[in-house]
Amino acid sequence: MIEILSYPFMQRALIAALLTGLIAPAIGTYVVQRRLSLLGDGLGHVALAGVGLALLTGTAPIPIAVAACIAGAVVVEVLRQRGKATGDVGLAVLFYGGLAAGVFLSGISGVGAGGLVQYLFGSLTTVTVGDLRLVAVLAMVVLVPTLGLAPQLYAVSTDEDFARTQGLRVRLYHIAVVTLAAVTVALAMRTVGLLLVSALMVIPVAAARNLVRGFASGLVCAVAIGVITAVGGAVGSFYANAAPGAFIVLLAIGVFMLSWPLSYLLRRRRAAALLPDSMDDDELVAPHTVTESHPHRHEPGCGHPAVQHGDHTDFIHEGHRHAAHADHYDEH
Amino acid sequence: MLLGAGTIPVSCLAADDLTVELGGLPVLRGVSLSVGAGEGVALMGGNGSGKSTLVRALLGLLPHQRGAVQLFGLPLRSFRQWSRVGYVPQRSIALLGGSKVKEVVAAGRLAHRRPFRPLGRGDREAIHEAIGLVGLSAQLNTDIAALSGGQQQRVLVARALAGHPDLLVLDEPTSGVDLEHQRVIADVLTERLAAGIAVLVVLHDVGPLGDLIDRAVVLSEGRVAHDGPLGDLGQHQRRPGGHQHLDHGRTADDPGEGAASWLGGAVEP
Repeated sequence: MIEILSYPFMQRALIAALLTGLIAPAIGTYVVQRRLSLLGDGLGHVALAGVGLALLTGTAPIPIAVAACIAGAVVVEVLRQRGKATGDVGLAVLFYGGLAAGVFLSGISGVGAGGLVQYLFGSLTTVTVGDLRLVAVLAMVVLVPTLGLAPQLYAVSTDEDFARTQGLRVRLYHIAVVTLAAVTVALAMRTVGLLLVSALMVIPVAAARNLVRGFASGLVCAVAIGVITAVGGAVGSFYANAAPGAFIVLLAIGVFMLSWPLSYLLRRRRAAALLPDSMDDDELVAPHTVTESHPHRHEPGCGHPAVQHGDHTDFIHEGHRHAAHADHYDEH
Repeated sequence: MLLGAGTIPVSCLAADDLTVELGGLPVLRGVSLSVGAGEGVALMGGNGSGKSTLVRALLGLLPHQRGAVQLFGLPLRSFRQWSRVGYVPQRSIALLGGSKVKEVVAAGRLAHRRPFRPLGRGDREAIHEAIGLVGLSAQLNTDIAALSGGQQQRVLVARALAGHPDLLVLDEPTSGVDLEHQRVIADVLTERLAAGIAVLVVLHDVGPLGDLIDRAVVLSEGRVAHDGPLGDLGQHQRRPGGHQHLDHGRTADDPGEGAASWLGGAVEP
């Protein structure tokens, strides 16, 4: 660990990884909440057009990629708000247009499409001091509103109509979210790469949802998972001589997979607190208490703890067990 | 009674000749209505009569093609005092799953808060008070998706109450709520009405909320079919349980005529 810090390129790599791990899940929390999990992936394609343009004009790629990404994100959001991007066709045109433009521009610049590879998969160890400064400044630009405007962004991502009746400028906040996501994607092209950045925006968020309750705790937990996997992946790839971007994403997926059994255990512990000790599934003869109608349909994953009960599944609900039985529910 | 002598009484909520089209089809055709301070108005009518559309248009969530809406005497377009308005939408918690009850209710304070400022002590008190009023204090930290439908509905009522609004607009706040908790909601609204707020509530079954209703506005096919005391609606509509049931279950197979027949003599030609 001491050894790794003695290399200046690794110091820069670790800081860049840390910043990516910090901002990607932070903005990703709102993106996932709005069911736009694949937005980051699409914006990565658009960023490539920016990189191609930078290669053609011989300028620094990050600022141009940031600009291209923001433009793409705002166009997509405005189309969505006007109801013109339904069916995802508009999005597809924009995203594949970005990819094609990137390859095309890099081709005529003389670099060739091969020059794009380092941006597709990241090149953490070649981060320069100049890159790092820009990444640090833009990371703050993303982090300050995602945390400072958390109550507003939460409201517009969870209940748009209600947010509007609170006087929030919902459209503006939506555009802010996609703009910040665009900046995050463009920055991450140096660390995890454009093809993998979306993973860091989505997977820590999904894992956090399995582990903690509530939106705010989910945000904090997702950021923690993001930072740990990003720095851990950067360090691990140094020793394993592996591609850092891939290593980081695989680590995040590992955490996500672990979060499943963990969430099961956590839920069982909460469920156990609800059930009386004497209740034994096999011995209990259930009285046929019938409740006529039930506004909520219980099913696996609905949030109510599920208990296997002979030939069917009960759902714990307001301190008793509820089972679907033909057209009604039995209360056990 | 709440306005000082000499001031012109201003409706908290007023619509004049409101026409709303959805997808080119007229859903509301020249609807006028007003709700004053301290007044409880029920908005009724069968499925598809335009109740929810009207509520959404009144709050500026849907554009209207003709007519005007005023909130506290100001045209909707220039209205900015959203902290005076509380809205309980029809229960749909699709995107709210994963939030704690207190997080959902905290969103009801946003009109009082400025960006980049943390939750103040007054905000916290209002949030806890509102959750207590609907009887969910024990579920503060529960995921809203883990609650029953009736409990979720009460969370949405608490969210609107947390903002201490002067006008409360509720879209079927008692659907899926058991009788006991319908009474809880009725008590809260009665107390708020006595404090002088205006209440517009979309109702299917009158139920325990009937006692706080001063006036019922009945929509039929996008027009106001009745605007007057609740008691004027046909007595034969009373069900054995003592509740008025104002929907004859108009379905796709039985469109049209239902609305006129069930209103009996109360329908204006």
